[in-house]
Amino acid sequence: MYRYDEFDAAFVRERTEQFRYQVERRLKGELNEDQFKPFRLMNGLYLQLHAYMLRVAVPYGTLSAPQLKMLAHIARKYDKGYGHITTRQNIQYNWPKLKDVPDILADLATVEMHAIQTSGNCIRNVTADHFAGAAADEIEDPRPVAEIVRQWSSLHPEFAFLPRKFKVAVSGAAHDRAALKFHDLAIEIVKNDEGRIGYRILVGGGMGRTPYIGYAVGDFVEKPDLLAFLEAVLRVYNENGRRDNIYKARIKVLAQSLGQTEMRERVVREFIEIKRAGTLQVPQEERARIEAYFAPPAFEALNDAPLPTEGALGQWVASNVHKHRAPGYAIATLSLKPIGGVPGDISHEQLDGVAQLMDDFGYAEIRTSHEQNLVLPHVKQSDLPAVFARLKALGLATPNAGLITDIICCPGLDYCDLANARSIPIAQKIAERFADLERQHAIGELKIKMSGCINACGHHHTGHIGILGVDKKGVEFYQLQLGGSATEDAAIGEIMGPGFGENEIVYAVERVVDLYVKLRQPGERFLDTYRRLGMEPFKNIAYQEQLHAAH
Amino acid sequence: MAQKLTANRLIDGTVLYWRAGEWTESFAEGEVLASEDAAKAALAAAQDFVARNLVVGTYLFELKGEAPLKEREIIRAFGPSVRPDLGKQAVR
Ligand code: SF4
Repeated sequence: MYRYDEFDAAFVRERTEQFRYQVERRLKGELNEDQFKPFRLMNGLYLQLHAYMLRVAVPYGTLSAPQLKMLAHIARKYDKGYGHITTRQNIQYNWPKLKDVPDILADLATVEMHAIQTSGNCIRNVTADHFAGAAADEIEDPRPVAEIVRQWSSLHPEFAFLPRKFKVAVSGAAHDRAALKFHDLAIEIVKNDEGRIGYRILVGGGMGRTPYIGYAVGDFVEKPDLLAFLEAVLRVYNENGRRDNIYKARIKVLAQSLGQTEMRERVVREFIEIKRAGTLQVPQEERARIEAYFAPPAFEALNDAPLPTEGALGQWVASNVHKHRAPGYAIATLSLKPIGGVPGDISHEQLDGVAQLMDDFGYAEIRTSHEQNLVLPHVKQSDLPAVFARLKALGLATPNAGLITDIICCPGLDYCDLANARSIPIAQKIAERFADLERQHAIGELKIKMSGCINACGHHHTGHIGILGVDKKGVEFYQLQLGGSATEDAAIGEIMGPGFGENEIVYAVERVVDLYVKLRQPGERFLDTYRRLGMEPFKNIAYQEQLHAAH
Repeated sequence: MAQKLTANRLIDGTVLYWRAGEWTESFAEGEVLASEDAAKAALAAAQDFVARNLVVGTYLFELKGEAPLKEREIIRAFGPSVRPDLGKQAVR
């Protein structure tokens, strides 16, 4: 895992003390809210519906056991006993007191954590494939690149005041688990025909009010040129991005208005300029130094063994265990989606319990995923039964990863100041409706994603079934979108039509799912059937019985 | 339409309701501002607390009977609908 050097440690310490000073000034009345707000946002502190909310960065979703213990401690001491894993792999606390936040940040700094770059118009915390360093289909661990980008962007004066927030994701595998095409900028590690490893650079993806799928501006950027190329992209954005209209300020709008050819040309022009100046190479020694932090554990020479298939353990293995690159090892997903629970929430006891499990089994790290789950990346296959038993005792062994009840869901109106509708109770009702495990497995891979407003933190545009909460004259309604995907076959879901009421939406989803089960051909996932048949039959069935019910 | 006035306490973020020139943590105890004039006067008076850096984010919201009109304000007044153990609805 990456460890802070002296520079990082001093930087985070200084930022914490600066913020302590700003909070003191605010509480003494030397700063008003307008003056203070930029400082608190730079430190991940929002004011939400009930209270302040602190968003703590989890760079590329990687955490150690001591860090988990600290997160548990903060939940216990300063908050109400739990945290919430977000779709950007971060963790949020919903109830911190302003007066305590400097102490929270100081506590976080002791385990090399902070809340910087989790808010504001800067390059946000960089996300990565949550199976990084473990996936069987991986070319190279994406996290060293994510860390290089983090270091480069953290203090870069030119990027501290961008037209709008800027989200970066990195993946090194064939299968896109990091939603690359929906990021402002994405780095995909690729191998060229000569077997050399480099980067494909995508720009202009995004969700929110106007979702777009990103496109490539560089097909193969050589390793030492990475930062020069990224800086070229950011310069084009900084020079041409709109600052006059918040809804048009993201790079996706610029990317659309320029078009791929023009965008590529401008980026390449800047890139040549930067290269000519001869700066911004990432030296091989520096890359090697950072890569060393992410070196995989020394895997024992083992052989793959048949995995358990029977009973509760077998069910968990079927959905929550994935193929590892090293023989005899496996990747295990800890579902934070218990049936009827709040998606992504984790209690301080669970955080501590997982940290203890990591200590007991010798796991150096765990991951948060954008799907709001945790992932143990390097589990010996022979340890799976014991790990499962421990997770079961912690309430973290729900066997539903990738299934219909593994719902991505934003906090919505239960917590969020910007929300139009509640999202968590709908996710809970859907999960309860499909709780039967046999039914879930029979349905197969089906990703439901839900947001409480158009900002799309719950990634509803990319749900196989997406749900968007809207407010119609003070009443909560829910729009269905079908056919979205965040992976390499990226697609934006198509809106079905008028929204459903709070009491109808679960039935509508069920009718859509049942129709898919009826019409699917062998081997088809929901997404495949939808793509083959289109919206029409699903729309008919979703609204049909609602009409009957109305008469 | 009758309204109430709300804000957050600066030091800890707690949701507050206006009551006769002061603030209370309880929605039920908040003053019903029956006329637009009364609402405007309360909002103006509340700016003193903003200026003294005691509260942030003052705004008025509408009532329907005794309850808030909008779901948002119901949730703000009582706590997350999915966590009855948290927020103002929690039994202390
Ligand atoms: S999608 Fe909207 S409601 Fe949900 S967390 Fe984001 S801003 Fe809040």
